[in-house]
Amino acid sequence: MTETRLRIGFIPLCDAAALLVAVDKGFAAAEGLDIELIREVSWSNVRDKLNIGLFDAAHLLAPVAIASSLGLGHIKVPIVAAFGLGVNGNAITVSPQLYAEIIEAADGKVHDPLASARALARVVEKRKRTGAEPLTLGMTFPFSTHNYQLRFWMAAGGIDPDEDVRLVVLPPPYMVESLTSGQVDAFCVGAPWNSVAVDLGVGCILHFSCEILAHAAEKVLALRAHWADENPDTVAKLLRALDRSAAFIEDPANRDEAATLLAAPNRIGVAAEVIGRTLEGRLKIAPDGSVRSDDRYLLIGRNSAARPDPAQSAWLYAQMVRWGQAPLSEELLAAAKGVFRPDLFDAALELDATNTPIPADGIGAFAGPRFVAEDVTAHLKFWAMKPR
Amino acid sequence: MDASLNIVIVDDSPVRAAILEEGLREAGYVNVVRIEGTAKLLARIYALDPDVILIDLENPSRDVLEQMFQVSRIVKRPVAMFVDQADSASIQASVDAGVSAYIVDGLKKERIKSILDLCISRFNAFSRLQSELEQTKSALEERKVIDRAKGILMKAKNLSEEQAYALLRKTAMNENRKIAEVAQSVVTAAELFK
Repeated sequence: MTETRLRIGFIPLCDAAALLVAVDKGFAAAEGLDIELIREVSWSNVRDKLNIGLFDAAHLLAPVAIASSLGLGHIKVPIVAAFGLGVNGNAITVSPQLYAEIIEAADGKVHDPLASARALARVVEKRKRTGAEPLTLGMTFPFSTHNYQLRFWMAAGGIDPDEDVRLVVLPPPYMVESLTSGQVDAFCVGAPWNSVAVDLGVGCILHFSCEILAHAAEKVLALRAHWADENPDTVAKLLRALDRSAAFIEDPANRDEAATLLAAPNRIGVAAEVIGRTLEGRLKIAPDGSVRSDDRYLLIGRNSAARPDPAQSAWLYAQMVRWGQAPLSEELLAAAKGVFRPDLFDAALELDATNTPIPADGIGAFAGPRFVAEDVTAHLKFWAMKPR
Repeated sequence: MDASLNIVIVDDSPVRAAILEEGLREAGYVNVVRIEGTAKLLARIYALDPDVILIDLENPSRDVLEQMFQVSRIVKRPVAMFVDQADSASIQASVDAGVSAYIVDGLKKERIKSILDLCISRFNAFSRLQSELEQTKSALEERKVIDRAKGILMKAKNLSEEQAYALLRKTAMNENRKIAEVAQSVVTAAELFK
């Protein structure tokens, strides 16, 4: 069998696991793929190197794949998502001081995202009254799930994310440092950075992102559309390797081995124990040692996480429209939905019929009506009525 | 060339940033500012109001710069170099060299071509320097290991320095290995016998 050489870029985050383990555990080699993994430092780099052909594939933020395909903020290069590397996996972490303020202002359980968002709105209001600086929240990229999850949550509580607070982009490795120095009051980021902040005693995890959206496409295996069309066999091999890898990682019996592989300095490069906690969905949420667990915290292959669902890209496109990043049109909606390619997945793999996503509308947002991918206008209309 | 262009350099490597700044100044650009550190990066960049921002691709803060496209309040809207698809060869060259540029929208391509070309050549020169430095370093390391191995052999086998070196060289030739590798084996073995 002749080996196919591939160059694939990734950012050191837990949701790159299926890709990294596919290479390090030999699943890719078993498919005749010789994969060179290239660790990158910014999503801009990953996107550009995929776009100009330096990478054959990449671990990419789902919204970046859509933005690139629609030509938003950057050159238009059609990208397809052939495999979901991760669903969910983010968390909102706040400084201990803000945590205390939210608890004080909360009239319900602070773990209820609607109660916490309303409490945050009161904190924001109070800051305005007293002339204090607006709260600053960190997220990872303008076209990121983190940005949309923070905005969705805050807006449901009556906060205007563009007027009432400051949202700033920070590279994930700088998040913890920025929370420590007070540059930001909170952030939304993927694993392992929330746990790192908690372990250092500088942050409390307020919400897992799956409490805001039960099922949200996070990172995808992104390919140039032309390349995917021209190399169907290679795509199928790659998807089979990723699928085996995801199944391996999701088997609790393999968790320690997977965490150890991922902890290597040239992979994710943080302690295996922290990665293990993430895969298990059992996180220390406050410096006092309290723990919260949720088996949906990060889905790598489970609950149909690997099969790209166009309802997900429609939801992400709706957020781009909602927050002024993209115009609303049927053409763009269709293009956005076309980025997620279940057909590529189905050509290579058979999805276990029992392996279905939990939420009925595919998203499972904590607030608002159920999402209808064919009618993003209804979603936008509902949310245009700002709740107070 | 337009000497009055405001150019900002964001680079994690102070040495490379200095090399780049020097190059730009030599070429006649007078308004060149280097930015260090990550704290309040965007605010500092806005305050400088640059026409061109140069950033190294090893810098995670590239994602921070991408936020500039989202902020409608600023007057000058920068665009990424890659937005101009006309010249894919120079995009490739700059990515290979490890540098990216953000340019104020509307600035003519010809006006920044010379800046980009200069960046690419300085970045390439820097990485050549770096690999030469690496080579020198590893040569030095090899020298040290060979010296230690010679010392061990001289003592253990009562040889002169020339004889010890000849023995290492002969073994290396016989085993088709580098002298430094054989020397390392001698040093390792000697450690074990200690």
